Amino acid sequence: MDFLNAIILLLNYIFIPALTYGSQLALGAIFVTLIYGILRFANFATGDMMSFGTMIAILFTWYFQSLGISLGVLPTALLAIPFAVICMILYMLVIDKFVFKYYRFNKSPPVMLAMVSIGVMFVTQAVVRIIIGPDDRRFFDGERFLIKAGEFKEMTGLNEGLALKSTQVMTIFITVVLVSILFWFLNKTKTGKSMKAYSDNEDLALLSGIDPKRIVLITWIIAGILATIGGVLYGLDKSFKPFTYFNNMLPIFAAAIVGGIGNPFGAFLGGYVIAFSEIFLTYAYKKFFMYVLPASMEPESLVQLLSTDYKFAVSFSILVLVLLYRPSGIFKGKEL
Amino acid sequence: MAFFEGENMTGGYGNGPDIINSCSVKVDRGEIVSILGPNGAGKSTAMKAMLGLLNLKSGAIKIGGKDITKLSPQDRVKEGISFVPQTKNVFAGMTVEENLEMGAFLVLDDYRSIIDEIYSLFPILREKRNQLVGELSGGQRQQVALGRALMIRPSVLMLDEPTAGVSPIVMDELFDHIVKVKRTNVAILMVEQNAKQALNISDRGYVLVTGENRYSGTGQELLNNPEVRKSFLGG
Repeated sequence: MDFLNAIILLLNYIFIPALTYGSQLALGAIFVTLIYGILRFANFATGDMMSFGTMIAILFTWYFQSLGISLGVLPTALLAIPFAVICMILYMLVIDKFVFKYYRFNKSPPVMLAMVSIGVMFVTQAVVRIIIGPDDRRFFDGERFLIKAGEFKEMTGLNEGLALKSTQVMTIFITVVLVSILFWFLNKTKTGKSMKAYSDNEDLALLSGIDPKRIVLITWIIAGILATIGGVLYGLDKSFKPFTYFNNMLPIFAAAIVGGIGNPFGAFLGGYVIAFSEIFLTYAYKKFFMYVLPASMEPESLVQLLSTDYKFAVSFSILVLVLLYRPSGIFKGKEL
Repeated sequence: MAFFEGENMTGGYGNGPDIINSCSVKVDRGEIVSILGPNGAGKSTAMKAMLGLLNLKSGAIKIGGKDITKLSPQDRVKEGISFVPQTKNVFAGMTVEENLEMGAFLVLDDYRSIIDEIYSLFPILREKRNQLVGELSGGQRQQVALGRALMIRPSVLMLDEPTAGVSPIVMDELFDHIVKVKRTNVAILMVEQNAKQALNISDRGYVLVTGENRYSGTGQELLNNPEVRKSFLGG
């Protein structure tokens, strides 16, 4: 019985939250890796583009709520996603046309484009703060829990409750569907393969008649979808605060690099690697050991390896270790 | 008049100095023409000019009598001109078959039959169809590069040093393949460092020096020309 309790405890506090957080990171990491592979620069505006998309989704959510439209048990934000995606794509295309295109056309070195993306980051950050402000906002409505901890305890008679939030299930489900469609598109369709070819060898792709303008357009469209959905899912699960989104860029970049930058599947797995490491290392295992060890060996401290304040240090350390020992990432991407 | 010709081409890269000076190259269908010459003679530049990779100050490029001087490289691909660069001429992270599919990017109708033709031309590629090209040997990669270029059923195939960096045995094999391609009525223009071997399979050749035509003639003529032998073929 104690052993079961221990498993439920880990599921509840480590496994499910990490799977959710990992999915959110994975979407961001695929976004980073696609931009890096195809447009050839590290996009430092990633976090703020995600917050821009989320902001639009929140504005649409408020609008729908004011009209009295809702999805019942599901959050209204899901209805707002398609509209937010369209606005996000338009925003990205405008930025591309007026900012990135010039440097791409002049074949500027990637580091210059990365610097330019920092400029875009500041502008986007400012736009978001002007429109919606820097505060913490919750825009979740509908049914919060699929299974409540109390109900679970009653049902099973265990000491430990397993709470399953609807946002967690939604995040994992939407991520799996979205990523499956994306990988099918990249690996099986002619357009997807031509994107891979363009990322592999730009000059030869041009010689084969692949149109670079179209590739860039499609890349931004996919990026817009990933950024908005990733951002909204994170915001629904936790809350929307522009600064948090900016901060999330570190684990997102870590995930993309761990997975081998330029390799979308690697980025997807990288998201989970980072999320699980962060949560494994910052969880306090005291209660777990109370269940699995005999009473005499009960730990006195919290048995927490790192305080949760240091969770960014975890992604940073993983990033440094990977760059030192496997610069092309665990799942083989481009050499950095 | 030849099928594909560059007449009196003069130009260089960007705003730099002229690398080729009123240089002329002509090639007909079913013919192999080599461009030879010492390092820095402008061999590759002449070829790139015909592909549209540099702006010409004067001169004209024609294919089948049609003036294509103003067309971009992508539009020239649509005219049936295929190019195999010297380096980075394959998609290393993709499989053999995907490479061929990318070569057929502009082919709108079914290209399965073209892939089969390429496989019968280069049997080894059929065997390795699902392998990543980055994992193949140098000679096999060159076959993939040739195959990719042949996917549009080109009328002109341009090869920039196809045998650079491969062993002598593989070089002979590659030249055999190039002759096979020529028999399918393709005009082949190539730049080569291995002058003797290249002239052996060439119908004609041009020797460029400092961006100008110095000698030209059939492969045998150039091989037997004492001056050409002395300066470029090592006696």
